[in-house]
Amino acid sequence: MPTSPATTSARAESPVAAPAAATASGFAYAAAPEATDHIRLRDRYPLFIGGGFEPPAAGVHHPTLNPATEEPLAEVAEADAADVDRAVRAARRAFSSWSRLPGARRARYLFRLARLVQERSRELAVVESLDGGKPIREARDVDIPLAAQHLFYHAGWADKLPLAFAGARARPLGVCAQVIPWNFPLLMLAWKVAPALATGNTVVLKPAETTPLTAMLFAEICQQAELPGGVVNILTGGPPAGRALVRHPDIDKVAFTGSTAVGKEIQRTLAGRGTRLTLELGGKAAHVVFDDAPLDQAVEGVVTGIYFNQGHVCCAGSRLLLQESIAEPFLRRLRARVGRLRVGNPLDKNTDVGAINSREQLERIQALVDSGVAQGAQLFQPACELPTRGYWFRPSLFTEVAPAHRIAREEIFGPVLAVMTFRTPAEAVERANNTRYGLSAGVWTTTGQRILWMAQRMRAGVVWANTYNRFDPAAPFGGFRESGFGREGGPQGLAAYVALR
Amino acid sequence: MTAPTVAKTPKLYIQGAFCRSESDRVYPVGRVNVPRASRKDVRDAVRAARSALPGWSSRTAYNRGQVLYRVAEMLEARRREFVRVGGGGRAAGREVDACVDVLVYYAGCADKLSQLGGSVNQVAGPYFTFTVPEPVGVVALVAPERPPLLPLLTHMAAALCGGNTVVALVAETAPLAGLLAAELLATGDVPAGAAAVLSGLRSELLAPLGSHRDVDALDPVGCTPEQRAELERRAADGVTRVLPSPSTPVPGHHLALASLELKTIWHPVGV
Amino acid sequence: MAAALARSLAPAALLSVDAVEVEARARLFASRSIKRDAKLWALDLAIRCTDLTSLEGSDTPGRIATLCAKALRPDPGDPRIPSVAAVCVYPAQAAEAATRLHGSPVRVAAVATGFPSGQVPLDIKVAEAAEAARVADEIDMVMDRGAFLAGRYPAVREEIERVRAAIGVRHLKVILETGELGGYDQVRRASWLAMEAGADFIKTSTGKIHPAATLAVATVMLEAIREYAFATGRAVGFKAAGGIRTARQAVGYLVAVNETLGDEWLTPERLRLGASALLNDVLMQIAKERSGAYQSGDDFSQG
Repeated sequence: MPTSPATTSARAESPVAAPAAATASGFAYAAAPEATDHIRLRDRYPLFIGGGFEPPAAGVHHPTLNPATEEPLAEVAEADAADVDRAVRAARRAFSSWSRLPGARRARYLFRLARLVQERSRELAVVESLDGGKPIREARDVDIPLAAQHLFYHAGWADKLPLAFAGARARPLGVCAQVIPWNFPLLMLAWKVAPALATGNTVVLKPAETTPLTAMLFAEICQQAELPGGVVNILTGGPPAGRALVRHPDIDKVAFTGSTAVGKEIQRTLAGRGTRLTLELGGKAAHVVFDDAPLDQAVEGVVTGIYFNQGHVCCAGSRLLLQESIAEPFLRRLRARVGRLRVGNPLDKNTDVGAINSREQLERIQALVDSGVAQGAQLFQPACELPTRGYWFRPSLFTEVAPAHRIAREEIFGPVLAVMTFRTPAEAVERANNTRYGLSAGVWTTTGQRILWMAQRMRAGVVWANTYNRFDPAAPFGGFRESGFGREGGPQGLAAYVALR
Repeated sequence: MTAPTVAKTPKLYIQGAFCRSESDRVYPVGRVNVPRASRKDVRDAVRAARSALPGWSSRTAYNRGQVLYRVAEMLEARRREFVRVGGGGRAAGREVDACVDVLVYYAGCADKLSQLGGSVNQVAGPYFTFTVPEPVGVVALVAPERPPLLPLLTHMAAALCGGNTVVALVAETAPLAGLLAAELLATGDVPAGAAAVLSGLRSELLAPLGSHRDVDALDPVGCTPEQRAELERRAADGVTRVLPSPSTPVPGHHLALASLELKTIWHPVGV
Repeated sequence: MAAALARSLAPAALLSVDAVEVEARARLFASRSIKRDAKLWALDLAIRCTDLTSLEGSDTPGRIATLCAKALRPDPGDPRIPSVAAVCVYPAQAAEAATRLHGSPVRVAAVATGFPSGQVPLDIKVAEAAEAARVADEIDMVMDRGAFLAGRYPAVREEIERVRAAIGVRHLKVILETGELGGYDQVRRASWLAMEAGADFIKTSTGKIHPAATLAVATVMLEAIREYAFATGRAVGFKAAGGIRTARQAVGYLVAVNETLGDEWLTPERLRLGASALLNDVLMQIAKERSGAYQSGDDFSQG
């Protein structure tokens, strides 16, 4: 296996030919694949420590696959405890000078990172789509622009920190360990790195095992920006690397986004240590539609809410609560709309629903869907052709769902919607809040005061009214209860990274 | 013998284009003929600023921030030229560097103004009420004589980042740096009309600026106390806001907030 | 009006449209990437659905003759290019157009009812429509926006019904002039009203004011058509007119129709694009798809 970091042309052969349009329409759009010939991936990526690329101490690597084709894209390093230690020490060394830089100087680095992400945006979008399975249209129009915007937004706070804390003096915490998920790899990286750096901290970040590539490109961007070595360190690897990182004795803060189960494990691990912690975990969001909702837009919102990014979204609107008086006409429209979703090659610009991120995730989704059928719910899936290779799941919706069903209670993290009804606003609130989660919620109604009344009562950290899945660095994001604690975005999100006096 | 240089004719910057004064008049500054803007140039600049206002103020704050950052990029790229126009030497260099810092500061300020200057208000009743800052509109700025660039760019950027459009009058005795700064606006993606740069005599221009009823706010940071008093008298006619000019500079975002109006919105909360 | 609406779904559900979200959906339609064979298919359909239009005070028989020749053979040098669906002219020119196009598959559509403003006494408007229907195949009438905005919905409805009756078997398109209605909710309301009054087509605009057709407005109208078809079983057609100058825009409308109503509406019987400059841009795009090279406007005849 060649070990040189010499670049080769992309292992980005186009996956199987895109299936015909998901609908039986006479207007077939024809394949519109995004060009990949400008992508240059290395055969193998080392770890990024102290501003340079270094091989892992034990020399272990693993391939990262394209979930649409199951073909390997590149190899990445598997960090072990020794690598974690090296990275944390590099971050610690860099901390004293980085934290003492005037905010305006740190701002400059962050602005550079933002601009470089913008300049390389197409490349990053294509790699994100290849590595994770999400449609190129989403990577191009949502993930990458938002990542750049997060960096830009937080750059603007770096020299204004006293304003963010109502006059209290804010001191950075030190070395931050950050572990991110596979559903929005580069965006989650930006959400973590930007506030940490803006406030003067240094970071050791571990991207998800199945989606390391855009993090590696970001490491190259850090070099291009001439970011001082050790300010950002990136360790690729699986759960063992994550555990080693979180347990390391010399970290001051842990920020984790991922499953509730792992979040609880981290919280247990850190008990008694005095390490600051923020968690952004799972969700089972209620998407409430009243009979005076703008129906066609509500259908779009519900579809976006659960099928955007194949439902691999912590804040996905996975429980649809329909007012009973409107249920039948709404469901008719919803089924027709779901039937028009285009499932297929993530690199096709017309694809709406891409590949499931991994075989493991696909099996989990299938198991929960099977449980739904077994428990008596009614499954609807449009008839669309799926490619033979790769991990795919048709957008699905269940009716006849009881609140006790597993599909109504457990996070599926896939393109599966559970539909239930309600009669009154009070009942909607009760059903919406009947969960241990509390990340997000949606409400559709044209009655202004009801929007505000519902928003006040829904136990969720983010409430979307007459829209869904809108994100902005200026709007704090985070959950209640078992969806985690802490906020990302806004001046409120900076608080997690400082000590106030 | 070296060839004679191709000397640049300094021009006004109105509606995204470089032009002479409609009066064709100039006044000398050293060996250079500087445009002597007339009341009609003021009129045209204000009209252009008014037309550009809906577009500029309805852009996202993020977008306005990116435009200001681009202006900073332009200045950084042309640092040497600005230092030369500023007289060469270390002070001029420090001024230009400070200008880049200021532009970058306001670039990162635009999308934070509501959080800094607005609020959600806890009223004693079942109402959701919030206060949002909005641009006051067209801001007329009179820049100080010294230094010739930093206060001009600071006050322009502060007004622009909040969504206002600006008509700026540069220093009378040292106008060249300010006029050159207009080129940064033109190449920095600032939309035509959103910012205008005029040079000329205060004795001729303060009156039309101050009394123009389509100017929403005056920023007389470069005025003498007597000039300021005169502006305030004229502004009273239209209740035009006259921004404070404190003796020590205020923290950056407060300058941006100064050119914003506050709107409070109420909505009942109920099922 | 309330009674008419009450016959349908919950009235509020029918009427309310979220502008931000519908505009986002329209942007999605515009961003679909239609390539190669699909693009050629779509461009061919766009031509077959075009109502080639000339509605100027300065129209003369000579101008109409040129228009009709272009309508019949958009590209004389290429027999693969189909004829357009119809020409659209003022009533005074309808006879000339009918003569020129006699025996051809191209239809004659005449605007009527005091086009474009509609600010003409009702009886005169109805008589004008009846007169035009003697030579034209289709009548594009304007909805009375003054009555609509004043809330006099029964009057709006009655006028459409009277014109419908007066033109006999001719095809009726009702122009809503969406740019004057003030919002998407109003567009939805007007669409439903026109359909209930007997329109065969609902049409966005006269093309004489701005804004004319937009993808967002089209989306609202197409969704109304879909709901009306479901409620009554009657398929009403859609015409976008005004401001459609480029092939790319035209394809956007085809995508919108495809993704709201499906391929049953992708036919000149149920879909029209009212335009003039559009035709040459479509021809240029076809030529570019076939040859691979970008084209010059000079290579295509004036319409």
